[in-house]
Amino acid sequence: MSVSEIFESMEYGPAAESAAEAKAWLAEQGSTFGHFIDGEMTARGDGFETRNPATGEVLATLSQAGSADVDAAVAAARRAQPKWAKLGGPGRARFLYALARLLQKHSRLFAVLETLDNGKPIRESRDIDIPLAQRHFYYHAGMAQLMESELPGRVALGVCGQIIPWNFPLLMLAWKVAPALAMGNTVVLKPAEYTSLTALLFADICRQAGLPKGVVNIVTGDGAVGEMIVSAEVDKIAFTGSTEVGRKIREATAGSGKALTLELGGKSPYIVFEDADIDSAVEGLVDAIWFNQGQVCCAGSRLLVQEGIAERFYAKLRARMDGMRIGNPLDKCIDVGAIVDPAQLDRIRVLVDRNSEGETHRAATPCPEGCFYPPTLITGLSPASALMQEEIFGPVLVATTFRTPSEAVEIANNTRYGLAATVWSENINVALDIAPKLVAGVVWINGTNMFDASAPFGGMRESGFGREGGWDGLLAYTREDVGAKALKPVKAFKGDEANPQAVDRTAKLYIGGKQARPDGGYMRNVYDKAGKLIGQSPLANRKDIRNAVEAARGAKAWAGTTAHLRAQILYYLGENLSARAGEFARSIDRMTGGRDGAREVDAAVNRLFTYAAWADKYEGRVTQVPMRGVALALREPCGVIGALCPDEAPLLGLISVLAPVIAMGNRAVLVASDAFPLIAADLYQVLDTSDVPGGVVNILTGSHAELAPTLASHMDVEAVWSFSTADVSAVIEKGAAGSLKRTWVNNGMACDWMGPTGEGRAFLDAATEVKTVWVPYGA
Amino acid sequence: MPDYGVSGQGTALSGVGNLPQTLEPRNPGIPLDLDWVMRATANRSAIERRAASLPGRRSVKKEWQAAWLARAISCIDLTTLAGDDTVGRVQRLCAKARHPVRADVLDALGLPRLTVGAVCVYHDMIAPAVAALAGSGIPVAAVSTGFPAGLSPFHLRVAEIGESVAAGAAEIDIVISRRHVLTGNWQALYDEMRDFRAACGAAHVKAILATGELGTLQNVARASLICMMAGADFIKTSTGKEPVNATLPVTLVMLRAIRDYHEATGFRVGYKPAGGISKAKDALTYLALIKDELGDRWLRPDLFRFGASSLLGDIERQLEHYVTGAYSANWRHAMA
Repeated sequence: MSVSEIFESMEYGPAAESAAEAKAWLAEQGSTFGHFIDGEMTARGDGFETRNPATGEVLATLSQAGSADVDAAVAAARRAQPKWAKLGGPGRARFLYALARLLQKHSRLFAVLETLDNGKPIRESRDIDIPLAQRHFYYHAGMAQLMESELPGRVALGVCGQIIPWNFPLLMLAWKVAPALAMGNTVVLKPAEYTSLTALLFADICRQAGLPKGVVNIVTGDGAVGEMIVSAEVDKIAFTGSTEVGRKIREATAGSGKALTLELGGKSPYIVFEDADIDSAVEGLVDAIWFNQGQVCCAGSRLLVQEGIAERFYAKLRARMDGMRIGNPLDKCIDVGAIVDPAQLDRIRVLVDRNSEGETHRAATPCPEGCFYPPTLITGLSPASALMQEEIFGPVLVATTFRTPSEAVEIANNTRYGLAATVWSENINVALDIAPKLVAGVVWINGTNMFDASAPFGGMRESGFGREGGWDGLLAYTREDVGAKALKPVKAFKGDEANPQAVDRTAKLYIGGKQARPDGGYMRNVYDKAGKLIGQSPLANRKDIRNAVEAARGAKAWAGTTAHLRAQILYYLGENLSARAGEFARSIDRMTGGRDGAREVDAAVNRLFTYAAWADKYEGRVTQVPMRGVALALREPCGVIGALCPDEAPLLGLISVLAPVIAMGNRAVLVASDAFPLIAADLYQVLDTSDVPGGVVNILTGSHAELAPTLASHMDVEAVWSFSTADVSAVIEKGAAGSLKRTWVNNGMACDWMGPTGEGRAFLDAATEVKTVWVPYGA
Repeated sequence: MPDYGVSGQGTALSGVGNLPQTLEPRNPGIPLDLDWVMRATANRSAIERRAASLPGRRSVKKEWQAAWLARAISCIDLTTLAGDDTVGRVQRLCAKARHPVRADVLDALGLPRLTVGAVCVYHDMIAPAVAALAGSGIPVAAVSTGFPAGLSPFHLRVAEIGESVAAGAAEIDIVISRRHVLTGNWQALYDEMRDFRAACGAAHVKAILATGELGTLQNVARASLICMMAGADFIKTSTGKEPVNATLPVTLVMLRAIRDYHEATGFRVGYKPAGGISKAKDALTYLALIKDELGDRWLRPDLFRFGASSLLGDIERQLEHYVTGAYSANWRHAMA
């Protein structure tokens, strides 16, 4: 076209970024790759081709790792780890800084290679992916530097197996590798088979940085390689990917003692109130659902618009969609690039074509042949529509309307997922009221898809658990340095001798603030050490669990009470327990046949005071994100926490779990000591006199082994803990896989309930979720 | 592609192609709709993010870049608003307006008759400018109404418009009373603009909002709507004399107001950023923003102008670079 013709048409022309340097790099490597193990690239093995999804062109041939490769990588990581940890934070910081610098120096090469391999627009890889990856290494260089002074007593986990997805290949590598290395771990990383090239370039960077051999190992291949890593001798698995695979990993690692963090799928709501800046909210959707072709776990894929503005909003949105440009991802003037692989394109097509509801608008803009899908909007759906529930993982936005703020929250939370949410309102009252009510690990107010290394990111519900970024993210790569001992079994005493009681006492279950007979109608006789009958304890069954969880769910107002009130109630509990100290001490001694009852009661009162103290002091943070605004890392209660309480210290164990759980605003479903259950009956009387609202604490008694699977698999329980002597850790972790609830199990190791490990931050962390609320502002 | 004529190439006798009323039904204004005005919001952070990411999202290269830069020239209001303006100075400016780029470069581009959109001067310089531009088709715009502060007696401001129109100005750039915006006196702003518009008669009127003095983007959005409701043909950011003049965020807010007004009334109002746009690359970003937010129809001098004095020089160098492949120098291009 001539200049004078373009002068009239004013069209955008092609503006392609050159791929020459990236292709030259591939050619230098012979366009074939082995694995990066122990500081060397291995010879190429049997493998597969990796293609540019935009053109179908083969970029390189990669190797499919076999078990020997994975074993070699894990062994190399294992060998390297002690020395890497011993190098110390400041020593590691130098390497992380070098990696950050090298990423920066080679930023354009990384960006172009990423776009070639993944199909995302060069604008995104150049302006978002690569800079965020650099930032992650800089930030964690700082964390390494500060580890010894700021995280005393915490040590590396060891060898971390890390499995990352294809949607942000280098960025997800950075999110996984930087914190792991900073804390003294070594890693075995598997990039997605579609997009391994930037990981292999990163391997090159590791060599340039002189990183000690074996600290970073990268093996390539498909899901089978991932499975090998999961079952390998690693100390931790970190996975980002689909909920389906995450669930399998949870099941596979159950009971293994491997630490696990999962960052999974989402169907994140994007809520627009009538007082929003509508044009900006429309523009926000471009960044929410058409960023990276919608292949984003936290994509704002569910649009909820207030009914009164819906038609106007949709009209503006359609017009904006029609102006988007789809095509060559290397073109600097392209908004939507290629879908990562034809298989993914088919998946999107099938999901959309299956839908017959609502009104579908495909962007009226040229869409090239090949692996491309146009921006699509489906309006007029209802929460019951399949597409409102299922993750599409493509550039498809589904929409429905709401009437009131509370209805917006209800619809938003009407999902199995809980990764992210976006709220648009010019009214600070509305926005800041809604944000905490949304079940999501990240909430963006008047913006969307904002990320930073200092701001924790991660999900709730079936979007997974664990956080990446910030101080909170370091918990996933460190542990307390305590020498744990194996837990000795504690068995109930047997006997048959009965003395007449002065007045017969009937112990019951405590559900919804009321004493309840067990559903099954069975009790078990409880004997003292000498074999004398003390009384009868109810045997709860699955229905009692159901009833207790229902009562706990109903007591949701507890989460909204002030921390000051919760502290007062905990102090009051302590006061009332203390008033009956002698009675409790005698009772404990009788049950356990020990003489430490008085000490245990005193420790329990003290523990209540500790968590009363913490109730209004376990605070969130304002993170230092690089924008005008604040990102608040809030600490929120998990919800309903079910726990199998320690057997060995009937009162102290129960209190050690109950107190942090309710101090943080959760409701508790507790199964008291299996061996010494009668403590429950003593304790609920104290609860009754201490103003604990009904349903906040529910106490059952019965067989831990029998109740564990029901509690673990209950879909309406957010977290399950077990300190039981029963061998239920694996059962709980497996059962929890169903709804991907958070678990904290003892894996058969003991906790010193009398000592400092019996309380503190570990309990508070487990009793809270971090929610990051981004609030950009500007008058 | 609808046929808008080769506006901007100065083929018409009287410059009609550069005036909105000749190609479009002129915006007659509508009654003040305060509900609409008060609904207008502008989220500064979101708007700044959009503005900041735009240059990374849109890029024009090679012949497209050359064509777009030529288009930018056709939309320039070549301006001199200085206390030391003389007839001679204005004549030089007008000569540059007629021949904004060296002839060999224009020939190479295939745009031999390219001119700027208009020449913009103070009242006293209208007559010499009209004379100097005779037969070129380039209209003369005059700043008016006590420019730049707009604080002279109201009847004198209205009278100034009349005199400028009588002196031959085809376009009048008025300044609004910022205090009406800052105190929320929307009715007063509307009435003032109505009176200015009436005084302009057939001359077309650009409303300068002086956005750098309005405090918030929300005020920019509201003032934009009110001026359009009161019959502005163009809304313009700045006098060029405020500490902050045209910016991309302000532009985005004003473009969105123009879009809403067009959707609601069917009338197209033009847009003129003024002050601070001095680089060819900035001009391309502005054109891309207008193309994406308003559509191609607005990429014509009858609906879009740059208020700029030094922008042209940078574009000339870029165009010579396009033609020759070598980076250019200032002294190779004629000064104004």
